Amino acid sequence: MAGAAVLGRLTWRVATVTRVVEETPRVRTLELEIPGWSGHIAGQHVDVRLTAEDGYRAERAYSLASAPGEAPVITVERLEDGEVSPYLTQEVRPGDAFEVRGPIGGYFVWRPDDGGPLFLAAGGSGVAPMRAILRQRRNIMSEVRARLLYSSRTIEDVIYRAELDEEEVVHTLTRAQPPGWTGYARRVDADLLRKVAWPAGDVPLAFVCGPTSFVESVAAGLVELGYAPGRVKTERFGATGGR
Amino acid sequence: MERLDGNAIGGMLFYVFGREMTMARAECGHCGARGPLAECEVYLGGPGVVVRCRVCHNVLMVLVEVREMICVDLGGLGALDLSAGASDQSVS
Repeated sequence: MAGAAVLGRLTWRVATVTRVVEETPRVRTLELEIPGWSGHIAGQHVDVRLTAEDGYRAERAYSLASAPGEAPVITVERLEDGEVSPYLTQEVRPGDAFEVRGPIGGYFVWRPDDGGPLFLAAGGSGVAPMRAILRQRRNIMSEVRARLLYSSRTIEDVIYRAELDEEEVVHTLTRAQPPGWTGYARRVDADLLRKVAWPAGDVPLAFVCGPTSFVESVAAGLVELGYAPGRVKTERFGATGGR
Repeated sequence: MERLDGNAIGGMLFYVFGREMTMARAECGHCGARGPLAECEVYLGGPGVVVRCRVCHNVLMVLVEVREMICVDLGGLGALDLSAGASDQSVS
């Protein structure tokens, strides 16, 4: 397709919810049906737009949590003062519809040709794009090594708990730990990264997604370990930024 | 106000420029630092979107959306190199 022919073609489309999965008390995963959806790359996101009866609109970005080739899926964490997430996590039902545009993003993406080894670090719902990467890797039986360091507040806050492969994932629970917890129980720091991340000599490709403070401390820690800054991809989300 | 990054405005930038922009390399008009728009600082909480240099924090871009119209001020940019994103699916 000629480049000019696709310029500007990022239009709002109507997405219909086909499935709702309760991940945690505050987090839901929504599977969407989007007519004309052209597929996505692992790591990309969509913008969601809600329009109130009086015409007021609110937009938020949410990472796609499904692998390329699978139906588009977003994972939404409820923010108490949010404009979009309370609706998506409490009210929406299969059959309901809202507007989306996407897929969006060319920076925080992983294509199988990019290789690895992959070091993924996620804080809270920042795990959503990591799920897309890990699912694609599994679907295509990629031999790229991958490890996910996943920071959650408590065990109840761990998203995709049943799906994450325990051999690939290292959990840290920062606020409270269940009885008998033998995993990490602190915020990600330089010492933890040194133990968990692939050595810099393996020339890893790193993806870091989560709240701003998490992303900045992990990215700085990886560069300190010798990771090339150009191979540490970062994506920040905040209380106002969705994702 | 919380500091995000250029990924958060990928949709808005695509709408304004008609192509994927997070890989486009922005050069700061103040300090000369260069890097993908995805790595620039972004502040969403105000009346408009403010994009700042992640090195010297100079304002690179301001985007203000009023109904369907977006006003764009690129005055803080030294240059915007679109070739870095040329391999992206949106222009293939």
